[in-house]
Amino acid sequence: MLQGFIVISENLPYILGGIWVTLTVVVGALIMGLSLGLVLSVAQVYGSRVVRRTVGVYVWFFRGIPLLVLLFLFYFGILANLQIELSPFIVSIIVLGLISSAYQSQIIRGAILSLPEGQLKAARSIGMSDSKAIVFVILPQAIRLSIPGWTNEYTIILKDSAVTYALGVTEILARSRHVAERTYQHFWIYILAGCIFLLLTYVGTKLFQILEEKVRTPGYTQ
Amino acid sequence: MDELLFLRQEVAPELLAGVWMSIKLIVPSAIFGFFIGIVSGVFRVYGHPVLKRLAGLYVLFFRGFPLLVQLYLWYFGLPRIGIYLSPFAAAVIGFSLCSGAYHSEYIRGALLSVKKGQLLAAYSLGFSKIRAVFSILLPQAMRRALPGNGNEFIYLIKYSSLAYMVTCIELTGKGSILANFYFKYLEIFAIVGAIYLVMVSIATWGLNYLEDRIAIPGFGRPKYN
Repeated sequence: MLQGFIVISENLPYILGGIWVTLTVVVGALIMGLSLGLVLSVAQVYGSRVVRRTVGVYVWFFRGIPLLVLLFLFYFGILANLQIELSPFIVSIIVLGLISSAYQSQIIRGAILSLPEGQLKAARSIGMSDSKAIVFVILPQAIRLSIPGWTNEYTIILKDSAVTYALGVTEILARSRHVAERTYQHFWIYILAGCIFLLLTYVGTKLFQILEEKVRTPGYTQ
Repeated sequence: MDELLFLRQEVAPELLAGVWMSIKLIVPSAIFGFFIGIVSGVFRVYGHPVLKRLAGLYVLFFRGFPLLVQLYLWYFGLPRIGIYLSPFAAAVIGFSLCSGAYHSEYIRGALLSVKKGQLLAAYSLGFSKIRAVFSILLPQAMRRALPGNGNEFIYLIKYSSLAYMVTCIELTGKGSILANFYFKYLEIFAIVGAIYLVMVSIATWGLNYLEDRIAIPGFGRPKYN
């Protein structure tokens, strides 16, 4: 055990350096997921029947296939066949972002559906076009309601980001593995890696709570 | 045509073996995980304060650590303190404990949502606490927890692919080996993905059916998302 601690203290900076890689992947995936998810959710709620079906298939696809398989499919399959060379880091962000967009579209869709119907009618009655009403009336409220869902999504993506190690992204787990292989202290190193993830989950959740508090419309509770 | 024949003769039997291995991973993990979730969920609501704390810590750590880190701990970490597990055992233990923690959350939430009067009524009929929990509260709570538990089962199907990372060769592992061997990444991973889609869709359909079947008429069926 003592040796475990010595190894950890010697290699801590290297492993902690992985936090930036992990966080870049997670934040990148969340932002990509949000921007795609917003479009998808609006399409699924207000789109024509064909559009709704298409979004449904998209969501079914990205929620039904494991991350590891999608990573392999994109990195070794699709991108290699199209002869596009992207780094594992970028591919990880894209794949996690696509998966996240499927989940986030459902979070936002739920939020849109939970708004009273009168909001859209009121917007129309003061002469707003539908698209204007959605952008300026519906989405600002729906996004606020989506924050608790995002908190969950953040913790899921954060933990899933460990899988990107399979493509060779040097995030926390990959670095822990390097150190563990070299020093034979697998047990303590992986406990440390887990605790780093736990800490990131905790800090992230707190930040999202602060955000939720910050953007709350005063006097307006659902 | 050659392509199809090749896929049928060379790839299909191997992938089927992988599917079988995946099922052998998923089913026991789902059952153990569900059981662990029920026990720790009950502890967290009705347990002795010490048990409550312990179950709470269990959930905190097993939900907070990424599943892949947990698998690495079981498979690569434990041997360093003298416990050796086969890849299969490490995967099943890892999946069970991780999904148990999530099940525990759903069951805890459902138990808390059952009206307090139910427990009091059971007491007044002379039930002991344990009997009241198991024959009055849990049957009601389980029905409410089922949508959440069902999600967790579906997650388990997808996360079973991580067993490959601890060298337990299931569907993803087989796919990866075949793809490397024949150098046909696109086709084989597309098939593997399709098989997972089928498994997930069947599970979703089955769970919906189960929810309808066990709903108590007049109690309504809570719909989440």
